Amino acid sequence: MAPENTGTPEPKIAATSAEKPGRIIKVSGPVVEADGMRGTKMYDVARVGKDNLIGEVIEIMEDTATIQVYEDTTGIAPGEEVHPTGAPLSVELGPGLIGQIYDGIQRPLPRIMEEAGDFIHRGVSVSSLDYEKQWKFTPNAELTIGNDVQEGDVLGTVQESPVVLHKIMVPPEVGGKLEFVAPVGEYTLKDVVAKVQTETGTKELTMVQKWGVRTARPVVKKFDPILPLITGQRVIDTFFPITKGGTAAIPGGFGTGKTVTQHQLAKWCDADIIVYVGCGERGNEMTDVLREFPKLLDPRTGEELMKRTVLVANTSNMPVAAREASVYTGITIAEYYRDMGFDVALMADSTSRWAEAMREISGRLEEMPGEEGYPAYLASRLASFYERGGYAQVLGSEERKGAISVIGAVSPPGGDFSEPVAQNTLRIVKVFWALDSDLADQRHFPSINWLKSYSLYLDHVKPYWHENVAKDWFQLRQQAMKLLQKEEELKEIVKLVGPDALPPGDQAILEGSKMIREDFLRQHAFHKIDTYCPMEKQYQMLRIMLEFYNHTVKAVKAGIDIEKVRAMGCIEAISRMAVVDNSGFEPVFDKIEKEMSEEFKILEGS
Amino acid sequence: MTSKNIEYSSVQEIVGPLMIVKDVKDVTYGEVVRIRDPAGKERLGQVLEARSNIAVIQVFEGTKGLNTKSTFVRFLGETMKFPVSEEILGRVFNGTGKPIDGGPEIIPKERRDINGAPINPSAREYPRDFIETGVSTIDMMNTLVRGQKLPIFSAAGLPHNKLAAQIARQAKVKGEGESFAVVFCGMGITSEEANFFIEDFRRTGALERAVLFLNLADDPTIERLIIPRMALTAAEYLAFDLDMHILVILTDMTNYCEALREIAAAREEVPGRRGYPGYMYTDLSQLYERAGRLLSKSGTITQIPILTMPDDDITHPIPDLTGYITEGQIVLSRDLHREAISPPIDVLPCLSRLMKQGIGEGSTREDHDDVSNQVYAAYAEGKELRDLIKVIGEEALSERDRKYLHFADEFESRFVTQGSDEERTIEDSLTLAWELLSGLPKAELKRIDKEYIDKYYPKKEE
Ligand SMILES: Nc1ncnc2c1ncn2[C@@H]1O[C@H](COP(=O)(O)OP(=O)(O)OP(=O)(O)O)[C@@H](O)[C@H]1O
Ligand SMILES: [Mg+2]
Repeated sequence: MAPENTGTPEPKIAATSAEKPGRIIKVSGPVVEADGMRGTKMYDVARVGKDNLIGEVIEIMEDTATIQVYEDTTGIAPGEEVHPTGAPLSVELGPGLIGQIYDGIQRPLPRIMEEAGDFIHRGVSVSSLDYEKQWKFTPNAELTIGNDVQEGDVLGTVQESPVVLHKIMVPPEVGGKLEFVAPVGEYTLKDVVAKVQTETGTKELTMVQKWGVRTARPVVKKFDPILPLITGQRVIDTFFPITKGGTAAIPGGFGTGKTVTQHQLAKWCDADIIVYVGCGERGNEMTDVLREFPKLLDPRTGEELMKRTVLVANTSNMPVAAREASVYTGITIAEYYRDMGFDVALMADSTSRWAEAMREISGRLEEMPGEEGYPAYLASRLASFYERGGYAQVLGSEERKGAISVIGAVSPPGGDFSEPVAQNTLRIVKVFWALDSDLADQRHFPSINWLKSYSLYLDHVKPYWHENVAKDWFQLRQQAMKLLQKEEELKEIVKLVGPDALPPGDQAILEGSKMIREDFLRQHAFHKIDTYCPMEKQYQMLRIMLEFYNHTVKAVKAGIDIEKVRAMGCIEAISRMAVVDNSGFEPVFDKIEKEMSEEFKILEGS
Repeated sequence: MTSKNIEYSSVQEIVGPLMIVKDVKDVTYGEVVRIRDPAGKERLGQVLEARSNIAVIQVFEGTKGLNTKSTFVRFLGETMKFPVSEEILGRVFNGTGKPIDGGPEIIPKERRDINGAPINPSAREYPRDFIETGVSTIDMMNTLVRGQKLPIFSAAGLPHNKLAAQIARQAKVKGEGESFAVVFCGMGITSEEANFFIEDFRRTGALERAVLFLNLADDPTIERLIIPRMALTAAEYLAFDLDMHILVILTDMTNYCEALREIAAAREEVPGRRGYPGYMYTDLSQLYERAGRLLSKSGTITQIPILTMPDDDITHPIPDLTGYITEGQIVLSRDLHREAISPPIDVLPCLSRLMKQGIGEGSTREDHDDVSNQVYAAYAEGKELRDLIKVIGEEALSERDRKYLHFADEFESRFVTQGSDEERTIEDSLTLAWELLSGLPKAELKRIDKEYIDKYYPKKEE
């Protein structure tokens, strides 16, 4: 596929008259068949019927093409025309993406609302970016006219939002002698800002690139991700960390907390750019983000969270084919910002709805169904989607690195993880946050099950924690994990003999693990302080809790009744550490620690 | 568009609820057809697949009595419509949108496509107005807000209708006397069930402000696929054209899903889980997502779908896919029902996702969220201990654990239990919750802010 770069403002995907129209011979839901389509390429966009609905060619048999249509096909009749456009489904990439909310094929929802009102009607033609708006372009001072530029080289910058300095880059597969670069000034997306003499002639470049969503944007090379993506969620950062450029899956039955967790990450993680894809989920959840993010400030920059966020929303009741496309639209936008050297985090809620969209289309094509009706290519589609994440050296003669972390929600039927989407995802991702309905029922949130979840990035992020927080971080984390595991074994015994029959050492374990579970792992997303917990605070909380445990072990060894330990005043103080103000928690924690030692001393003295 | 004048007699095949007509011209996908059966009676259908010369039609009133010889089909060139006007208030309609209360035909202001269109997420306003239902387990623990879709997961023989009627009767928004109406949609319910609701609406004077859509158990099953769409079209009109607050009750969604399965089977589609079609999630979302609030309008649509879980199984595709779309669920439990706890709401699997924005200072009370969380945690712990003592006996429990056990009992017998005419304000419910919580050691109330403990913990003679 040849990515092209045209500066012409155009309504989203225009029909070109270059190719002869075909004719519809069958309409069945989102799938339309047309004949007279010889010469059309797979995955090319076609405009369908008299309303010019947007569709994509997904199967070709001699003269007949099967097209999945991104809009409602009601009222379409056999005999109507189909116009191939000769180009694949693409997104427009340039200033103006940030803060926007798009549907699955990158049509801005606020613009659709202006055109069509509160409800989405089909056939609305709006452009993805605003071609009238002026942006201040500052050319790259390092450039010399007459020198060669190559793909990925920075031509200039635009301050897209207070926190995003947007790099205008030479598009992939373009290179040659720089003939012209525009001086500092206000330009629209229609204006030419650079000219490059390529082998095929002079190429005029605007601030917009187009890229086919189903093809990954190229990078120079990929590395193992080594930096943690800091989320401020204790169970994630301390127990099951994800990295910048890492991949994670968050499966769970309905109501277990997938969306809240993804929202928490979108709000608080330390990525530069957030791409949030609402794929086949609720309308109100997108509205929630849309209304709430502008009110929240990024703790690191002090700017509105919306100033680093792009939303893609194709809710459950919107056309199913566009749902299938939405994750590709999202990841392509993420790649574009990665190419500028940013750390991007992409959340896809929910990848199961994406897989179901594939299944539905596949069913209409009467393809051979695989497991549970999913098409046989489910696994490879999932893999190549997550593969587009990663930590990479991006294109460009100046060395730049960028990352995309991909976090996918999975919604298994009946909450049973043994189904194809969850299983195939687990084979790919490196972090698994297993949500647990029992925990959710008890309102233990995040309901991430500490025994079933894992992160394969622990070793990667260890150096970061040790250098920036504390040398014994890993050791504490392991000790806490061991306690939790031991608790599970002991619980089985308790079921048979009751808690009092356990030896004192085991009772101490139960006390310690309970504290870690309830006061460390549990975290209230909607509490003004607890919603975000800095790394240093996470570490100190865990350290103090383990110190409590060590004291308890000593105390019971010395023959002190566990009931006396349970009655200690410091337990309540420890349980409220999470809600101590994030700035200035240290003196409060010091006091708690001191009082704890005192209390144990008194206990042991008696 | 197809010509309305051509009547085709070329029915080729009839399978289940489907009919295949050949040699047709210019048929559009989704359009309505009028079918004249051999007895000369008319029924309606819809095009499910349009080919150059063949149309696959789903027959709403069922294919019983149709043949390939003397059945005639006319394509109407438009999708299914429902006539809207304020006159629909107080009226009763059947599964094809005809009045069945003996009253006059509706003179429509407009005829609207029953399939509706998706609300643009940018046009939505986030629901946040607390609806007081007077039921403690809902108001305090699973708060309903205006514009929410909150289903009742029930099972055969459980009193879901009683609960739904109680909610419809008592629901109010604090300090507001805005216009409120109920849209009731019965799918495959018995006439006894239908009468229960009608009587209840009549008794409370709600009937003039209600629109009823009834497809009874002996009515054609296929109509169950269109009747909720008509009901929701009516609701959208009342809410977004007439600025009313609408409560939609859809019952029983299980019958709706069965009808969906029937169509899929007749089309020989590759079945999804347990024979239900793979697109059932999308199909259901096209009903449930029609609840909500818009920025530009003052009216709202709140939905209470009711479904009966086959085999009491919450992982069955019907409750499962519903739960994945709705904004929480109220779950009734057979165990509680057996123990004569009424309403038998099992709070643990219940959820209201929109609760957080609808409660707290300014709408309910500052301590609401904390108290709810604490009650949840304490009840969960108490119930776990119940399982434990079955093996080891109550004597083996510590003093502290016994208090939790007691809490769980009290919670069920005093907090969950409530008369079907008993209306509790949110303050009543919170006060009752504090009273129960005061049976636990104060230091255990870790989920409640200290400030609220100081303020609301019952002062007892110690
Ligand atoms: N970290 C948290 N803190 C507090 N409450 C939470 C947290 N996570 C989840 N919840 C509660 O659980 C409810 C359900 O969470 P959420 O909507 O994220 O579930 P989900 O897994 O996305 O469900 P579905 O698959 O149906 O979309 C939330 O509305 C909220 O009440
Ligand atoms: Mg969710």
